Amino acid sequence: MATTSLPIRRSFGETLRRDLWWLPGVLTFIGLGAFVVYSTWAAFQGEHYAFGNYLSPFYSPEIFGDSPHAMFGAKPAWIPAWVPFSPALLILWAPGGFRFTCYYYRGAYYKAFWADPPACAVGEPRDSYWGERKFPLILQNVHRYFLYLALVFLIFLAHDAWKGFWFADGFGVGVGSIVLAANVFFLAAYTFGCHSLRHVVGGKCDELADKPVRCAAYKACTSLNVKHMLFAWCSLFVVGFSDLYVRMLSMGIWSDWRIF
Amino acid sequence: MRKATFKIWRGNSEGGEFKSYDADIQPGMVVLDAVLQIQGEQAGDLACRWNCRAGKCGSCSAEINGKPKLMCMTRMNTLPENEPITVEPMKAFPLKKDLVTDVSWNYEVKKKIKKFKPRAPDAEDGTWRMSQGDVDRVQEFRKCIECFLCQDVCHVLRDHHKHEEFIGPRFLVYAAALEMHPLDTENRLGDLKDESNIGYCNITKCCTKVCPESITITDNAIIPLKERVVDEFYDPLTKLVKILRRK
Ligand code: SF4
Ligand code: SF4
Ligand code: FES
Ligand code: FES
Repeated sequence: MATTSLPIRRSFGETLRRDLWWLPGVLTFIGLGAFVVYSTWAAFQGEHYAFGNYLSPFYSPEIFGDSPHAMFGAKPAWIPAWVPFSPALLILWAPGGFRFTCYYYRGAYYKAFWADPPACAVGEPRDSYWGERKFPLILQNVHRYFLYLALVFLIFLAHDAWKGFWFADGFGVGVGSIVLAANVFFLAAYTFGCHSLRHVVGGKCDELADKPVRCAAYKACTSLNVKHMLFAWCSLFVVGFSDLYVRMLSMGIWSDWRIF
Repeated sequence: MRKATFKIWRGNSEGGEFKSYDADIQPGMVVLDAVLQIQGEQAGDLACRWNCRAGKCGSCSAEINGKPKLMCMTRMNTLPENEPITVEPMKAFPLKKDLVTDVSWNYEVKKKIKKFKPRAPDAEDGTWRMSQGDVDRVQEFRKCIECFLCQDVCHVLRDHHKHEEFIGPRFLVYAAALEMHPLDTENRLGDLKDESNIGYCNITKCCTKVCPESITITDNAIIPLKERVVDEFYDPLTKLVKILRRK
């Protein structure tokens, strides 16, 4: 088919849609933008990330650091002083990369941040288009490796949440314990609904009926996958709030309410 | 009886314009009813394609108030009342006349996809056995009525005109139906990567949103195919496991 006979492309933002087509893009831009700004700021702080038995998820696992949660003690001497250091900078690339390469977020930020397209059936700003076929976006195919890392991180975060219930005087429940547990819950719901996980556990097989364990895993993954967008946003919000909560405690701006 | 104003695109590939028509609206009417009323009473030469009036033939695809939809399945009471309703042809295909586009490119694309190649029959009488659960997954894709609304809304075709390189969501669904079929033995992954250029899809889910058959195109067909392409071409670890297993 000669492409010359195709209708003329619409110009940027041109559409006959009457609904609020720009709203989801704007909300995504604000939501993701705010998270990136806050998490980057928080990651560079290098302090106020722990309070008693609570550890901010942005700083977990704390490989080197000054809090009692550090696995291998304080910042090692071999890291030059001029290198910006914070325990978060050592690890945050992994969950960051996981979200950045997530299929849901990809579709969302291509629209909201790159207007490719600005919304469905709305004209685009650029003629050229490579998609995920070539460098750089072909690198998005690394997503499953970030998934494997995310699964490991989930274990650390679950351990932190567990520690969040053990205070100096023994077992107890504070608001912070619930916040950290909710963080693990939503992060797990997000991670276990990952498209790559769905593929790995069973999606790659054309026949699952003869593989009961994989079949059950695929079904479980699928049931979370249909709500992947919801859990992507919930977990994003809760993980940011968990850091903020611990930070505010540590800075003495608010205090933790011990439920029992 | 209420009246509604329609702005219908009139023209051909050389050019055209929206023309206004009034139609009498009865309860329960769909956009196609109004367009046919206009055709019958005011514009006998208005070209539009339709057949079943039941959302099953996929002929009456158009853009209503800027959204790709089936005219026969768009009820008038779902559209804003006091403003004109625009009806225009699909934008990803060459225009023939008025609301009719030439969708024949799709048929050429379909021919290029490797056909179903079943394994040897399971039983002596030449029949196969499959589990219902395994068939269910591809059953979703078989609901497709080839309305090509997903092709129309996909920005890779609509805005970037990659018709020569990209097969579009409809045929990724078709390829998924074959590739994931429990009996099929053909391998289409190389073609999906290099000929069909699945990598052009940037998972914006516009196709899923317009599908009148509610096929979860992006999540259930395209992304799983992308993952299979990753297995085959981009993931060294999976490749290694495959090689070791074969030994
Ligand atoms: S999800 Fe992919 S195939 Fe569907 S409309 Fe978007 S770019 Fe096109
Ligand atoms: S997948 Fe859905 S939108 Fe696309 S052609 Fe088939 S029925 Fe139409
Ligand atoms: S697809 Fe969203 S986390 Fe993997
Ligand atoms: S006329 Fe058959 S789908 Fe609309």
